[in-house]
Amino acid sequence: MNQGDTSMKYQSQSVAMPYFVFAIVLFFGQIAFGLIMGLQYIIGDFLFPLIPFNVARMVHTNLLIVWLLFGFMGATYYLVPEEAQRELQSPWLARVLFWVFAIAGTLTIIGYLAVPYARLAELTGNEYFPTMGREFLEQPTITKAGIVLVALGFLYNVGMTVLRGRKTVINMVLMTGLVGLAVMFLFAFYNPSSLTMDKYFWWWVVHLWVEGVWELIMGSILAFVLIKTTGVDREVIEKWLYVIIAMALITGILGTGHHYFFIGAPSYWLWIGSVFSAFEPLPFFMMLLFAFSMVRRRRRNHTNRAATTWALGTSVVAFLGAGVWGFLHTLAPVNYYTHGSQLTAAHGHLAFFGAYAMINLAIISYAVPALRGRPEGNSARAQSLEIASCWLMSLSMLAITVFLTAAGAMQIWLQRWPESGQALSFMATQEKLELFYWLRFGAGVLFAVGLVLYAASFFVGERAGDTAHDAAAATT
Amino acid sequence: MSERFTKGMARNIYYGGSLFFILLFLGLTFDTVTALPDRENRAGLTDTVAEGKEVWEQNDCIGCHTLLGEGAYFAPELGNVFERRGNGNEAAFKAYLNAWINAQPTQAPGRRQMPQFNLSDHEINALAEFLIWTSRIRNNDWPPNVEG
Ligand code: HEM
Ligand code: HEM
Ligand SMILES: [Fe+2]
Repeated sequence: MNQGDTSMKYQSQSVAMPYFVFAIVLFFGQIAFGLIMGLQYIIGDFLFPLIPFNVARMVHTNLLIVWLLFGFMGATYYLVPEEAQRELQSPWLARVLFWVFAIAGTLTIIGYLAVPYARLAELTGNEYFPTMGREFLEQPTITKAGIVLVALGFLYNVGMTVLRGRKTVINMVLMTGLVGLAVMFLFAFYNPSSLTMDKYFWWWVVHLWVEGVWELIMGSILAFVLIKTTGVDREVIEKWLYVIIAMALITGILGTGHHYFFIGAPSYWLWIGSVFSAFEPLPFFMMLLFAFSMVRRRRRNHTNRAATTWALGTSVVAFLGAGVWGFLHTLAPVNYYTHGSQLTAAHGHLAFFGAYAMINLAIISYAVPALRGRPEGNSARAQSLEIASCWLMSLSMLAITVFLTAAGAMQIWLQRWPESGQALSFMATQEKLELFYWLRFGAGVLFAVGLVLYAASFFVGERAGDTAHDAAAATT
Repeated sequence: MSERFTKGMARNIYYGGSLFFILLFLGLTFDTVTALPDRENRAGLTDTVAEGKEVWEQNDCIGCHTLLGEGAYFAPELGNVFERRGNGNEAAFKAYLNAWINAQPTQAPGRRQMPQFNLSDHEINALAEFLIWTSRIRNNDWPPNVEG
């Protein structure tokens, strides 16, 4: 078995650690607020007026986005030096930016919870540069400006490292994805009084992130983990990576049109959006083939089985959530009935979890043991627990998705399909969906258990004598 | 993947394909932005409508409701609330909206609650103008029926 060559090679890779730890802490917060909303869906006045639903929702979704960003940054700090074969340009800057981002993010969440949103808008001077109050972009304008500053410092730091070091395809694709992420975020500052224009460019942040540049980030992190855990030839992996990102952008850019059906944009988007987004599952399908064929052709059996499990898992669940559930509602005649229903929430959950939560959990699973001096991965017992947590989280998220899909189908049947006059009202329909919401809540509790097991697995076997490390040392 | 299909070919498809579709997307965006003033009735987008959009945003209404199908799925669609509650009558709708917003929260036990936002009559009027204007956007006849 080939080990040793996969440990932390550059001292500065260690700046990734606080990013990973904080990402998981925020993930816990995200799930807590998810469960609160899950109950508010059934017991309407739960925690009202202490935490109104819209506040719980912005905390839930913003924590999601911010922990994913922390994860991406940690992943970048870990893999860029190793790929570039040189130390990070400025480890000091990376540590400072961690605290800036962590403190700004925490203050923003406290702001959401402590004062009414309108008061927060007033306190942060939203009237002078209004950008607040749009889905996922609820942050005060100064927080958004802070995010841009952190991103600039981050891009400078890793950009200089890449420029001065070995330029691998993985590094170049990752950099392109990260620069794209920052550039598209600038549209968060554009908030015209025309609602249609607002919505049109809002999707340049949201869609062109998750179905555009983030796929480049996901593809390159996946490629890195696969090179490390399978030992497959770089040439082969790089070819796959190019094919995946080519498909992502060729389908995903015009695929933005699947959000332009019913917001006032011209009718040709019904065709363009349907046709191009129908092919958007392809890059996700390619990632699935990629992961499985690399693992089948592996040249080494890396002892970090947990990281391999996450890498395979993310490719499967991303394909289901983005590919299958995305396709389900992406054709205009179907979307006419499903638009903005519980089906949308079903898809959003499985896609975000499968693609972007799981790719982060994969790199954390690979990198954190190495950063803690265990390049072969955690102890065998710890890994078994971690693999169990992967299954539990994936299956319970699939269950959440299935229950929300059932709720969405029934919602459409009662509220959307019949003629005006015969259709049930929104609120009356919601009451009929209560059973599905209870089931979703139950699956959500299981998901939370899975997350606790995941975090706990990093603390298992530390003192016990049966770590993989010791076992390996004993046999060599 | 086959040996005849090289990494260089894959890279060229990536660069060429992306560039082509970025340019095409920019072109279509130009056409859309040119067509929007007519489709959304930009002439009717008065200062009051713009102010209504600000009130909408400052109170994060999108955190519970959908507007033209986008937002949260906890509370009813409001892109067509003018038709649903006002039957197309502006004065009736404005009176309805004012009474509704001021009556929140309902405090009905177990029922989903909408917060009290303490809006002035002026702000509620702007909000009503914004929702009326929104309901008239030509959006390929969505939603399918009045319930949204
Ligand atoms: C990992 C990738 C993806 C993620 C994270 C993702 C996430 C989301 C989210 C969160 C929404 C709801 C947005 C809102 O709040 O309005 C959404 C909407 C949508 N997504 Fe995706 N998505 C992904 C990929 C895809 C793909 C590949 C397709 C098509 C094949 C697709 C089709 C759609 C459609 C049609 C909608 C609009 C739903 C509606 O009309 O209500 N998505 N997506
Ligand atoms: C215990 C587990 C969870 C529960 C109970 C839960 C519940 C909810 C609820 C009730 C909403 C609001 C839906 C609405 O607007 O009416 C929501 C939104 C959302 N959640 Fe979760 N959530 C959970 C976990 C997650 C996870 C793990 C992710 C991603 C990794 C996630 C991503 C999202 C996204 C992207 C939205 C916005 C969806 C959209 O706009 O369509 N959630 N969640
Ligand atoms: Fe999309």
